[in-house]
This record gives sequence, C-alpha cells and structure tokens, in this order.
Amino acid sequence: MDRRRFLTLAGIGAGGLMIPIHGRLVAAEALAAGPLDKAMKKALADVALDAAKGAGASYCDVRIGRYFQQFVVTREKQVDNIVNTESTGVGIRVISKGTWGFAASNDLSRDSVAEAARQAVAIAKANSKSQTEPVQLAPVKGVGEVSWKTPIEKNAMEVPIKDKVDLLLSVNAAAMDAGASFINSILFLVNEHKYFASTDGSYIDQDVHRLWAPFFVTAVDKESGKFRTRNGFSTPVGKGFEYLDGGESDRIMLPGGVEIYDQRYDIVADARAAAKQATTKLKAPSVKPGKYDLVLDPSHMWLTIHESVGHPLELDRVLGYEANFAGTSFATLDKRDSKFQYGSELVNLFADRTQDGSLGKVAYDDEGVQTKRWDLVKDGILVNYQAIRDQAHIIGEKESHGCCYADSWSSVQFQRMPNVSLAAGKKKMTPEQMIAGVEDGIYIVGAGSFSIDQQRYNAQFGGQLFFEIKDGKITEQIEDVAYQMRTPEFWNACVGICDESDYRLGGSFFDGKGQPPQVSAVSHGSATARFNGINVINTARSIG
Amino acid sequence: MSMLSEKQAREILDKVIELSKADECIATLTGTKDGNVRFALNNVSTSGIVSDIQLAVQVAYGKRVGVATINEFDDASLARVVSRAEELAKLAPENDEFMPALGKQDYKASDPAFVKASAEVSPEYRANVAAESIEPCRKDDLVAAGFFTDNTSFSAFATSTGNFGYHKSTTVDFTCTVRTDDGTGSGWVNRNVADVAQFDAKSEVARAISKAKGSVDAKAIEPGKYTVILEPAAASGLIGFMMFGFDARQADEGRSFLSKKGGGTKMGEQLFDKRINISADPWDNEAPVQPWDGENRPRNKIAIVKDGKINYMNYSRFWAKKQEKDAPAQPGNILIAGGSKSTDQLVADTKRGILVTRTWYIRMVDPQTVLLTGLTRDGTFYIEDGEIKYPIKNMRFNESPVIMLNNVEELGLPQRSTIGGGGPGGGQPIVMMTPAMKIRDFTFTSLSDAV
Repeated sequence: MDRRRFLTLAGIGAGGLMIPIHGRLVAAEALAAGPLDKAMKKALADVALDAAKGAGASYCDVRIGRYFQQFVVTREKQVDNIVNTESTGVGIRVISKGTWGFAASNDLSRDSVAEAARQAVAIAKANSKSQTEPVQLAPVKGVGEVSWKTPIEKNAMEVPIKDKVDLLLSVNAAAMDAGASFINSILFLVNEHKYFASTDGSYIDQDVHRLWAPFFVTAVDKESGKFRTRNGFSTPVGKGFEYLDGGESDRIMLPGGVEIYDQRYDIVADARAAAKQATTKLKAPSVKPGKYDLVLDPSHMWLTIHESVGHPLELDRVLGYEANFAGTSFATLDKRDSKFQYGSELVNLFADRTQDGSLGKVAYDDEGVQTKRWDLVKDGILVNYQAIRDQAHIIGEKESHGCCYADSWSSVQFQRMPNVSLAAGKKKMTPEQMIAGVEDGIYIVGAGSFSIDQQRYNAQFGGQLFFEIKDGKITEQIEDVAYQMRTPEFWNACVGICDESDYRLGGSFFDGKGQPPQVSAVSHGSATARFNGINVINTARSIG
Repeated sequence: MSMLSEKQAREILDKVIELSKADECIATLTGTKDGNVRFALNNVSTSGIVSDIQLAVQVAYGKRVGVATINEFDDASLARVVSRAEELAKLAPENDEFMPALGKQDYKASDPAFVKASAEVSPEYRANVAAESIEPCRKDDLVAAGFFTDNTSFSAFATSTGNFGYHKSTTVDFTCTVRTDDGTGSGWVNRNVADVAQFDAKSEVARAISKAKGSVDAKAIEPGKYTVILEPAAASGLIGFMMFGFDARQADEGRSFLSKKGGGTKMGEQLFDKRINISADPWDNEAPVQPWDGENRPRNKIAIVKDGKINYMNYSRFWAKKQEKDAPAQPGNILIAGGSKSTDQLVADTKRGILVTRTWYIRMVDPQTVLLTGLTRDGTFYIEDGEIKYPIKNMRFNESPVIMLNNVEELGLPQRSTIGGGGPGGGQPIVMMTPAMKIRDFTFTSLSDAV
C-alpha cells in the first residue's frame, strides 16, 4: 500500500504549504511510460469481477490505476526540489449482503487481484452485521469498452525536466528584475491513468491530465519592517503544457491596470506584474472598515463559490457523514423542499463535469457514471445537491450526478465536489461598466485568506489585489481588506453579473475531505459579480 | 511486516551503504501501521488498516543529489534502488545549498515513545471504541460521529559517514462529535496519547455528550473583546500556527513576524508575557519524540521562548553555516508550560468570560502579525461568577497569538495533541503539550449561526 507523504514548502506564507505526495519516487523519464496495456487491464478486471461474484458479491467495481506526479520547486536562482512519483495498483469495491466492502493491492498478479476481491467481499459480509439499511444503488447502464483522454496538445510528462526548470528560473528572474525581494515558483503536474470496470458491464479507460503553476512573490521593506506578497494568477487546469504557452494576445486588461489570463497563461509576464504590485502593496493605504459594494473578479470569486456553494451542497455533509471533521451544512433537505432563497434571482449556480479545460472534466466518474451538467441554484432558489449512486434515492433522483472520485487506487471512492460555477449574466456588461455604477466600493482580484464555519454560514475572505472605487472610478490600490459574510445574505446581495465574455475559470488543485483525508481538484467559473453592502474589516495589527 | 527491529533494519541499511559508489549515501527505512475506525450517524462508516514500509536512498556526487525509494528488500532490489539514486544524482542540477551528511552522532534513546499495548490495538478494540461512542448517544437521542486512529511506526537510517539511528513510536488519537438529533446542540472531545491504556472512550464521549446537551438553545451575544478560556485543543490550533513561523531564514530575510524593523531578527526580545515559557524535549514523559531531526541532528532540551523572550529559531544546517550560527536540531515537540488547574477550576475563578471548546478553520490573514481568523465550534459557553451560565452562539475571531500571549490571565494544566505531519524536519507530526489558556481582550468579529 502507498504511504501518504507530504512535501512541505517553506516561504509560502508563515505556515508553509503542505502537499500530499503519492507513490514511489522515480526518474523523470519514467513519467512518460504511459498507461498499462489495455488488454491486460481488462483481463485483470475480469479476474476481480469473477472472484467477487464467486464469493457472493451482488455488485463489484474495479479501478486499476497508474498515477504519475511531478513537482518542480524553485526559489530565486535555486532548484529546491524535483519530485517524480509513480503509483500503480488496484482498488476493488463490492456490495455483499447489502453492504460495501473495499480492498486494494499494489500487486497486479492474477492471484493477488482475486484475493483482494475476495477480501473485499469478506469485509462487506463482516460489516453487514452492523448495517441498518442496505445500500441502494441508482442504476447505471454498462457502456462496454470505451476510452477518453483529456484533450491536450503537449503532454506535460513528456516535456524535458530541463525545460521546466529553465521556465521557472526565468519566471524567478523576471520577478527579481522587477523588484521582488523573493519568489518561490512551482510546477505541479498530474497524470492519472484510470481503468474502471464493473459488474454493470463497463470497461472504461481514461487518461486524465492536470497542471498548476503557482508562484509567490514577496516584497520586503527592511526600513519599515514591512513585507507583502502577491500570488501568481495561474489557474489550475485540466490541460496540457500548452497552457503555459500564453503570450501578449492571451492577456486580458482589467480595471486598475491588472493583467489576467484565461485559456493560456504568460507566467513570466505575470511574475513581472506581481513584483510591481507587491511593491505597491508595501505603501498602499489601509482600508477604512465598513459596508462596501464589492466587485469581485473571477480569479477571486472561485474560492467564495467553492466554500459557500460547493461544500454546503455536498449531500454527504448535508446528511451528517462529515459531522466530526469537515462539518455539516446549513442547506438541509427541508430547505430545498421549501424553495429556499439561496441568492437573488440573478444567481444561477450549476454543477458541471463537462466544462472544457476544467479540473473536474472527465467522461465518466469513479463509479462508471457518465458526467453531466445540472442546476444547484436556479434563479436564486435552491433546487439540488451533489449525489452519487448510493445517495441519489435520498433526494428522489433516478440517477447519480456522476461526482464520485478517489484520489488513488488505494482510496475508497466517495462523493466529491464537481466543478460548481456561477452562470454569467444575460445582459451585456463588462467589469468597467459594472464599476462605473458603484459609488463606494472595493474591486478585488485574486484569492487570499479564507475561512468558513462548519455549516458554511459565516465566512471571511481576503484577496490578492484591492482597489478602492469612488463614484464609479478606481482611485487607488488599498490594503488590509477582508470581507465577512453570511452565505444566504451574501448571495442575496448579488445585484449584477457580467456577461459571458468575462466568464473565466479558477480552481483548487488540492481540495481536502474525509478521514483519512483525500484530495481532489475542482474548478469554479464565473464572470465578475457585484455584491452590495458587504461588511469589510481592516486586518492590520501591531505586534510591536 | 511493516515494523522492523533495530537489528533487521541495520542489516538492510548496511547492505545499501555497502552497495553505493557515490561520494556519500544516506539510507532511511520507515515503516508504519495505521489502524482506524470512522463512524457517523451512529453507524460505523469505514474501518481499516494500512501498513507500509519504505526504503529511501539518497546519494550525492559533489553537490548533485539523487533520491530513489523502494518497498522490496531482496539483494537485487537494493542494488536497483541504489543505482537508480546514483543515476538521478548524475542528472540532477547542482544544489548550492547542499550540506554533506553528518558523521557519527550520539542519540540518547527516547524509549517511552513506543508503547507495546498501543502497537497491539486490534480490529475488535477499534470496533469497541466505535460501539462505546455510539451506544450512549443512541440511547439519549444523540448522534455520534468520530474517528479513532492508532499509529505504530519506526524510523532508521545509516550513512556512509558512519552515522546510525533507530526509533519507534506509537500514537493513539480520538475525536468525537456528538450532536442532538434536531441539530440544535453539538459537543466535541479529543484525546491524543502514546499509551492506549491512558485512553477510555466512555469517559471521553461522556464529555462530548454533556457539551452537546448543554449547548442547546445558544444565545447570541454581541461580538467584541472578551476574556476567554481556550481549552487546550482550542489553544493549540492557534499557537501551533505561530510555531511554524519560527524559521530563522524567513526572519533574516525580513518576511516573518520575527523580523525586525531596519533588518535583523527579534532573537532575545521580549515578545510575550513573562509567564510564557515554550520548550522542546525529546525525552519528555508525556510527549516523547524521535531524538534526531530531519537533518539527523541530535535533539536536545531547548528553550524556544524563555520568560516571554525569543530564545530559539530554527536554522537549517545550510542557513546556520551561511549565517555563522549554531544550529541545534529542530524540535519534534512543543511544550508550553502551564499551571496545575483544570479547565473547570479556571472557569470557577472567572468573573465573566467565554469558554471555547474547539477552534476551527484557522487561516493566516496577515503573516506580518500572525493575524489568524477562525471560528469557535462544538461547545461555546458564557461564564459568570465562576459558573457556566448559558451556551452562546459560535463566533468568528480575528486574533494574533502574539497579541494573545501578551494578554494572558492564567494558564491551566497542559494536555497533549499533535499537529502537522511532514514539517521541515521530516514526516513526523509535532507533538504539543498545551495548557488551557485564560486570555483577556480576545477579539471576536462576527456571529455564526452554525451549530
């Protein structure tokens, strides 16, 4: 079995960033080895399915996984770390006597796979003694042998390590030349080869690619003892290395002179801009606390959507399965039945695992269900949740939503957040036009500090860049801004959403859930949106 | 087979060192056995055991370093992993911060870290913990959700420079949330021990039950500055966050709360109340840890904060050499000195205040001042004239532990917890001893409707 390890990255905030690492360390060249032979996987899957049925399983699914990760970590002129991992094995889940059982093995011999299947059945039978209600699975029609691959132009695993190191060192040099005191830059690359087979008659082969290229620029003013950071505006994506080929034509100019990117990213140009903005932050005036109209860029909105919509509408949380750790949800089932006003009538929030370039995009989820789009909040009213096969009946749905995921072959798949996004406004509106209508407000770009209670009511968010808006115009960059909100009041205060041309994705590469914890990656799209009368606090303190 | 004796580990490690032709070689073996049971909605949801053993071989040619890992230990596999590490090192860019392996060191064993009874926790024991948590709740129309985990591990290493270490440890950790079935009350408890004999699920769950029942019909009070009593678990979340910032390099670089205006660091400065003493000791009775750190430096007793003054910052071997400083090992535990009073006694001595059971979703707002935000959760109560008067709604705080530790009224009896896992010193979590803390002027900024 895999042991969970963590890569600790210092220099990123005071606490550092801890990244889970799966699998054994391998040479970079091994990352391009590709998937296991498909015929071999089918034969092995049949061994598991037959063994499980033979041992008394009424249902069985088999996931044969080969996962590659590469992390390249640099600071200034220095390569801190290069981590290449590979992890291969099989996870087998069964239902016997109406109860789930699961076993996993890194040994892909026929005997070992059959043994794991029988072990899963034995565990299910043992657990059935304390089961109060048998598992009810929403039906799925077998799809036979199919395959799917993330549409990529350049396989990141095949790009030479030297090119990656050179790219990050050029990013660092650009930031330092533009006045940064320090920079940490990182490449996170993931490739999941996932083969799923089940007693429903599906044999699904998928090749999933994701990447994220964050950096963290720090500007220090030794004289005053002040330091400020600006994080990179890279979006984590379900794309190949071509995402990093962005240039001038991919740059979008936002109000306040902010440069942002959508389909392709120019990381070097962003590092240069970040250094200048971090330096400006050192001298920027501190916000006056009070109520403001907030104009929130998609690079910021994604995290607010993630925390205040994505998590509270996870059905397992709503039901109480996560009560001890992640928490429960304010959005209880009775609220859906009573047509709870989640937001203003402009607010349409949807789940969608088919969005191009998103982190959640696959053709089939980890229990063989075809992915789709569905509404969560329609015209402001709460209409649905996120449910997988054994939960669909609880909310009266006939089929799973296709949002089941496991972060490794050795982890049990469970309900995870699909991409959850705010639909763009129907009326033509640009961020400039939106700002022109604001008398007293703050324009926020980029995600910062975030915290929310265990039922997802009370949240506080920071950001990367803050601009004061006075009488329809941006006056200057300000600092020390955080806004506090109560989820339904916040979404009901939404008075404007820009149109489709401003719609962009953001996302989380390492979203955690469960005990023991599993990570997943998820995108959230939106256009710039306006929220009136939101409470803003000043976060500056003095510690002598 | 995930736990090896010192002799078994040494045999494998010696072979690896012998096989390597590089300038230097460090071979590290780690093994773990993690058992767990998870329950929710008064039912067991998952239960399992994960065992793993891994050999990591790090070799260096000059300043070029390569690392490879493997989980098979026959002679051919050992030869393969060594040659793979050597190939990787030859291809790697030069690491200007490379430090050669230390020569032979003396590590004084920290044997109490391993308790046989904890290593022998059985599936039946785990199932019983779940049953003992669920039964009293079910009988009382309450809903239990919790997680019990027992971890047994060993770590051993050998170097081509003649150094060797072996250490094994056990940890048992339990958390349980009890909610009233109408969702209007919630209580929580946690317990972390090296010796499972010190753990009793029934008495722990009884505390969570009492808090769940006592927190029904919580009243809203106006957010603002209050005297609070943070139970050890609530305090450790905040203080632990700050302790990760005791890095000398960040402070020297001017990007830490320990950096000084005009340059330099706050080493030796009075940053906290004089009663604050924070130390580390690998041989502490209640929080014993591995006697070496991630760079294989021998750990010793050190004062991190002495009478409120900064007395220690973590120097990596590279940074210490560059700055020409001593570089004692990085701590594996954080021991915050306290008093002898229980939380109940602290409450009894309080005129007006708020008792906080648990802090939640703590995030850094401003690293300049370690301003943290987060919320109270699972049992927040108003204290008047030495008694718990009524439950109050949860609140969000925005507070810096630096400010908090200047506003200390009294400290209670320290209790054990673990934080992190995989800090710069390696994969081991940091063991903390944290007292309950009575703090004045603690800043709550908004109310939460969450129960």
